[in-house]
Amino acid sequence: MATTFTLNGARQTVNVDSQMPLLWVLRDTLGMTGTKFGCGMALCGACTVHVNGSATRACITPVSSVAGKTVTTIEGLAPDATHPVQQAWIEEDVPQCGYCQSGQLMAAASLLSKTSSPTDADIDEALRGNICRCGTYSQIRRAIHRAAEIKAGHAKGAKA
Amino acid sequence: MNSRRDFLKTSAGLLVAFALPERSKLNAQGFGRGPAGPPKPNAYLRIAPDDSVTFIITKCEMGQGTVTSLSQLLADELDCDWSKVRTEFAPVDPALYGMQGVFGSQSIRTTWVPLRQAGATARAMLIEAAAQQWKVDKSQLRTDTGFVINTGNNARLSYGSLSESAGKLPVPTGVPTKDPKTYKYIGKSIKRLDTRAKVTGTAQFGLDAKVPGMLYASLQRCPVFGGKVASFDASKAKTVAGVKNIVQISNGVAVIADNTWSAMQGRKALVVQYDEGPVASQNSAGISKMFAEYAAQPGSVARKVGDADAAFASAPKKIEAVYEAPYLSHAPMEPMNCTVLVKPDSCEIWAPTQMQAGARSTAAQITGLPPEKVTLNSLFMGGGFGRRGGTDYVAEATEIAKAMAGTPVKLTWTREDDMQHDLYRPASYVKFAGAVDSEGWPVAYTAKVACPSFFGGGRGGAVDSTAVEGIHTLEYTIPNFYVDWRKADPGIPTTFWRAVGYTQNTFFAECFLDELAHEGGKDPVELRRRLLAKSPRLLNVLNIAAEKADWAKAPAGHYQGVAVVNNIGSYNAQVAEVSVTNGKLKIHRIVCAVDCGHVVNPAIITQQIESGIVYGLSAALKGAITIDKGRVQQSNFNTYDVLRIDEMPRIDVHIVETDNNPGGIGEASVPTIAPALANAIFAATGKRHRTLPLKGSIA
Repeated sequence: MATTFTLNGARQTVNVDSQMPLLWVLRDTLGMTGTKFGCGMALCGACTVHVNGSATRACITPVSSVAGKTVTTIEGLAPDATHPVQQAWIEEDVPQCGYCQSGQLMAAASLLSKTSSPTDADIDEALRGNICRCGTYSQIRRAIHRAAEIKAGHAKGAKA
Repeated sequence: MNSRRDFLKTSAGLLVAFALPERSKLNAQGFGRGPAGPPKPNAYLRIAPDDSVTFIITKCEMGQGTVTSLSQLLADELDCDWSKVRTEFAPVDPALYGMQGVFGSQSIRTTWVPLRQAGATARAMLIEAAAQQWKVDKSQLRTDTGFVINTGNNARLSYGSLSESAGKLPVPTGVPTKDPKTYKYIGKSIKRLDTRAKVTGTAQFGLDAKVPGMLYASLQRCPVFGGKVASFDASKAKTVAGVKNIVQISNGVAVIADNTWSAMQGRKALVVQYDEGPVASQNSAGISKMFAEYAAQPGSVARKVGDADAAFASAPKKIEAVYEAPYLSHAPMEPMNCTVLVKPDSCEIWAPTQMQAGARSTAAQITGLPPEKVTLNSLFMGGGFGRRGGTDYVAEATEIAKAMAGTPVKLTWTREDDMQHDLYRPASYVKFAGAVDSEGWPVAYTAKVACPSFFGGGRGGAVDSTAVEGIHTLEYTIPNFYVDWRKADPGIPTTFWRAVGYTQNTFFAECFLDELAHEGGKDPVELRRRLLAKSPRLLNVLNIAAEKADWAKAPAGHYQGVAVVNNIGSYNAQVAEVSVTNGKLKIHRIVCAVDCGHVVNPAIITQQIESGIVYGLSAALKGAITIDKGRVQQSNFNTYDVLRIDEMPRIDVHIVETDNNPGGIGEASVPTIAPALANAIFAATGKRHRTLPLKGSIA
């Protein structure tokens, strides 16, 4: 059946089983592989996208449930990697293997959209569901604090 | 990263080639063969007329930083402009590159000499080309960041403008490499070359392979190790929307569909009967009992110094302890997957693999094609940790693609497949005995190890060194020392797991040494200092870690534990600082001092040390694969949890650079964290933990 939603700013219609998870619609039907498959049960966060601005696990989200909604993936976060979290991730050189990082970035971007200057406890709460087996957690934390500064317009080294 | 096709298409310009001179050394270490015969035009780097510099990365990238650090080796000696560096993964070609694989933290160790030589030789050829063009003596030429410069008149020629003429020159031999004092890129925390791709979703991992006309497969295997499909009914599965075909292969029944989800749905609709085989009677309690029974039997001697029995007979007291560790899954974030296209006269593979050469030969064997007709495209790995050294998933995908000849097929393992059909870190059991003299110093230390081999070793009574490494490799001077091993194999498939035998043995060995320290009334650091008097590199990292951790000066209520290890050519010491309140453990700080010889990229080393500690902490606190009826009981991250961001402790890394050839780093810090932590918990609670994981047993 046809499902229509807004994907990274453009109207998108897909003709797939309504129960098909958004993850596989993105990856297999639309060829957008930036969103990753990690667990299939919303346990690892690798598939995190934004649905109407909120961090959502695409692996358990039936495509029918995003009909009429706005979906943003890592590919649509910002042109040219200019979103504050991407800038901060580049400054801190966060990724190792990198597989979980799309989900980490999307979770961080969602956090910053709601909490402009998150505390460590805020970061723990928002990112606890995103596993990184390479153990980049301390860099992710630094990068989120840095992204908050960038978003607030502070240059590196300036007091937040 | 470009594909191999691009590499083959654009061959204009300078292509520099070298054999791997460390071949004899590699063979001596048993790591596989280098390239055969005389040096051939073997590409490590390419300079194009547009001044772009492309480095061919022979070591796959799984997060350990090879794309960047190998480039640093080449770029420094080449003296090129870092901003013009591009990279691509090498094709599989044993004649050009020798044994291609990433394991044993080998990447820098095995390329340190040849890549610097390659860069230096290419630079010499560019200088020679400029000298010929300018008709001047090359002694008056120098290079600077991508240019050859005539010191007589300051004329400049870019590397790109010289690339074609340089490429026609004979390759000189014996070109000297730089004085390390003049390194420009080596030793610097240069940013990773692959970060931008990984923060924009454009990095191509194995699972992201896109091949026109590709179908998607999901494979139902027998849940019991070694079991087989007896019969199956696919009638319902065939009716699932999107399902295109169902084929049986040697390892199960594959459902092939026009997307991954449909393949998974079709697989759920299969009705399969199995012949479960003999492993179906195994369970974890039985395996532990088997190990204990084996440990009471004679073993093969791994190392013997002095006469431990005589020492026990005359020592005031003998202490004994049994340590155990469970099977572990690797659980990389990217589940196993592989995409294959089989044609009558060729086979092409897209895979995230640590074993490029093995992946290719596996596919060659299955298709019956000669290996040179099999093309392997190496893609980024979403973690490896040893798991992707196995080629089982490549074999499965190739069998499916062979049945679907002409159609590319991507096989995707679910997380449950990944966790329940892993090749596991072996479970292990060690019975220790030890004694201290009248002054409290250790006089005897013995270990009887019972466990499977990691990788098919230990045939005919031989000792599999990976089963005892971390114990028989201890550098402590103890006058009577004995380690033996007996292979106890319950039939659970195993393979290398980040840091291999050290992952459990360093926990066992360093905790039991702590028991001896306690028995003799010695401070754990003081005891190690004395026993490491003849091991300067370990002693040095021990002293630095103790100093940086304020050993013996922890705040009130905080307790410390220490452990050291010499593995993969590197040395590290860790101090864990914890508190335990009402049975609840808090890790306040982990301090690690590491000596890995010459440093190529300090930031990557620091990341890898942190990474190894997190990987080791996940295992120490939570990791256990248990068996019931020959099946793995865990299935996903809800039953096999790993460290999360809110559990991440503070980690202080101190790199101790020494004038030694580089050691490995990817696996360095994994072994030390569990014993440092368990020893700290003992200091805090007086309770000795001899079984991993520590979860649920802290108080």
